[in-house]
Amino acid sequence: MQHPSQASEQRSSLWLDAWIKLRKNRMALFGFVVLLILCAVSLLTPWIAPYSYEQQDLMLGATPPSSAHWLGTDIFGRDMLTRIMYGGRVSLMVGFIATAVALVIGILWGSIAGFIGGRVDAVMMRIVDIMYALPFMIFIVLLMVVFGRNILLLFVAIGAVEWLTMARIVRSQVMALRKQEFVEAAYSMGLSRWAIIRRHIIPNTLGPVVVYTTLTIPSVMLLEAFLSFLGLGIQPPQSSWGLLINYGVETMEEYPWLLIFPGITLSLTLFALNFLGDGLRDALDPRASKD
Amino acid sequence: MLRFIASRLLQAIPVLLVVISVTFLLIHSAPGGPFSDEKAVPPEVARALEAQYNLDQPLWQQYVSYLSDVVRGDFGPSFKYSGRTVNELIAAGLPVTAELALYAMLVALFIGISAGVFAAIRPNTLQDYIPMSAAMLGICMPSFLLGPILILVFGIQLEWLPISGWGDIPGDKILPAITLGTGYAAYIARLSRSGMLEVLSQDYIRTACAKGLSERLIIFKHALRGGLIPVIAFLGPAFAGLLGGSFVVETIFQIPGLGRFYVTSAFNRDYTMILGMTIFFAGLIIVFNLLSDLLALWLNPKLRQQARGGN
Repeated sequence: MQHPSQASEQRSSLWLDAWIKLRKNRMALFGFVVLLILCAVSLLTPWIAPYSYEQQDLMLGATPPSSAHWLGTDIFGRDMLTRIMYGGRVSLMVGFIATAVALVIGILWGSIAGFIGGRVDAVMMRIVDIMYALPFMIFIVLLMVVFGRNILLLFVAIGAVEWLTMARIVRSQVMALRKQEFVEAAYSMGLSRWAIIRRHIIPNTLGPVVVYTTLTIPSVMLLEAFLSFLGLGIQPPQSSWGLLINYGVETMEEYPWLLIFPGITLSLTLFALNFLGDGLRDALDPRASKD
Repeated sequence: MLRFIASRLLQAIPVLLVVISVTFLLIHSAPGGPFSDEKAVPPEVARALEAQYNLDQPLWQQYVSYLSDVVRGDFGPSFKYSGRTVNELIAAGLPVTAELALYAMLVALFIGISAGVFAAIRPNTLQDYIPMSAAMLGICMPSFLLGPILILVFGIQLEWLPISGWGDIPGDKILPAITLGTGYAAYIARLSRSGMLEVLSQDYIRTACAKGLSERLIIFKHALRGGLIPVIAFLGPAFAGLLGGSFVVETIFQIPGLGRFYVTSAFNRDYTMILGMTIFFAGLIIVFNLLSDLLALWLNPKLRQQARGGN
C-alpha cells in the first residue's frame, strides 16, 4: 500500500524495478533491441537505403542476392532491401498509429466506465460486450470495400477493433484502484477528483497498459499485413511487408527470395515484439499469468 | 441452465439487429451504386435493374423489406452472380469452409494441447522451452506466409502433396488444414500450458500425489479437466478467427469456400452478397460463442454455481 506523498517515488522505482527485471530476460531484451533497430532504420530509410524507392532496372529484372543487391531484386529490377526498408516504414507506422488510436479510445472508455461506475459503467461495458461478439475482421473488409482502400481509414478501422480489450483492462484496473485505501485517503485529504486521477489512478494503470500496448502493436501489424495480402490494405505505389509478401507469393516458384526476405522480416519483427511484450508483462505486472 | 441459454439467445437478438443495421447503412452509404462500374448502360436498363433489386424505393422501405426477408432467412439475389441467390452461394460454400475449419481445429487442438501439457509437466526445463518457443514461432508465422512456404517445400520442391483445390486429388486437404490450424495450435499450446500450471499447483493435485497416484493418472484424470478450461473458452473466439483465416487460406489454396466468396464479392462490390454473408458470419459467431460458454460452464462447477445463483 502506498502513501500519497510517495506516489512519485513509487512510480520511478516501479519503472526502475521493471527495467532491472527486463534486462535479465534475454529474449525480451533481444525484442527491445530489434524494435530499436527497426525504428532507427525506418526513421533513417531515406538516407541509408542503398537505392531510391522509385529506381527500377527493367533490363536487370529479378536477380538473386548479390553484392550489389544484398537481398536481390524483383521482376522490375527494384532493390529488395530498399523495398523492405520502405515497406517497413509503412508497416511500423500502421502498427504505431492504429495502436495509438486503440489506446486513446480504450483508455478513455475504460477509465470513464471504471471511475463513474454504476449504470454508466453497465451501459458502456455492455456496448463493449456487444462489439466483442461482432465479426470484426469481416467489418474491416467491409469498411475497406465501402470506403475505398484509404490508408487513413485503415488506421481507424484497425484501431476501432483493438480498443475493446484495452477498455476492459483499464476499467478493471480503475475499479480495483478506486476502492483502495490510499485513494480514499487522498479523497479525505481534500484532493480533487482530477488530481486523484492524475496522481494515483493513471500511474497505477500504466503498467498493464504498457504491456498490452506492446502486445497490440504486433497484432495490428499482422492485421495490416493480412489485409494488404488480400489486396484490401495498403495500395501500390506504397508498399508494406504484407504487400511485398503478396507479390512474393505470385512469383515464389521462380524467385523464392522475393517471398522469403519480406517474410523473415515480418516474422522476426512480430517475434521480437511479442517477446518484448511478454517480458514487460513479467516485469511490470507480476500478478498477470503468462498465457 | 435453460434460463442461461435463453437469456444469451435473447441477448443475441439486439446484437444481430445492430449488425444488420450497421452493415445495411454502410453498404447503402457507399459512393456509387452497385452497377455504376458496369459499362455505360442505357438509363432505362439501369432503372429496370434498380427496380429489380428495389433500389428505387426510399432507404427505410428497402431496410424494412430487407429486414423482413432476413428474418425469414432470405438474403436476396446476388448482384454479380446473375440468377443465383446469396442463400445458394452460402449453401455451396459453407460445407467446404466448415470442413476446412473442422480439420484445422483438430490439428490445432491435437498439437496445441499435447505441446502445452507436455511443457507444463516440467516447467522451465528444455521440455518446456522447446515446445513454447515453437509456439511463439507459430504465432509469429502468419497463415499467408506459412501457406506459401508449405506449398513451396511440400508441393513444389518435394512434390509430396497437391498445392490447390479441395477434394479433387487425395491429400489436397492436408496443407490447407495445417496452414489454418498452426496459429491456433500455438495459442492453444500457450493457454493449455498456463491452465495446466495453475491446476497442477492446486491442493487437490498435491493430495493426489500424496495418495501415490501415478503421474499419468493425475494428469489425465485430475488435472486436464480443469487445466483445459481456458482452451475451451478460447474456442468460441478461435472459431471467429478461423473464419477470417479462411479468407487467406482459401485464397492461397483456391478452395471454393465462404472465405473466398467473401473476398471475391468484396472485390466485385457485390453488395447483397457482402451484406448477406456478414450477417450470416455474425450469426455463426454468436452461436459458437454461446456453445463455447456452455461447454466451459459444463466443465467448471464453480461457474455453474454462479450461473445458477445470479443472472
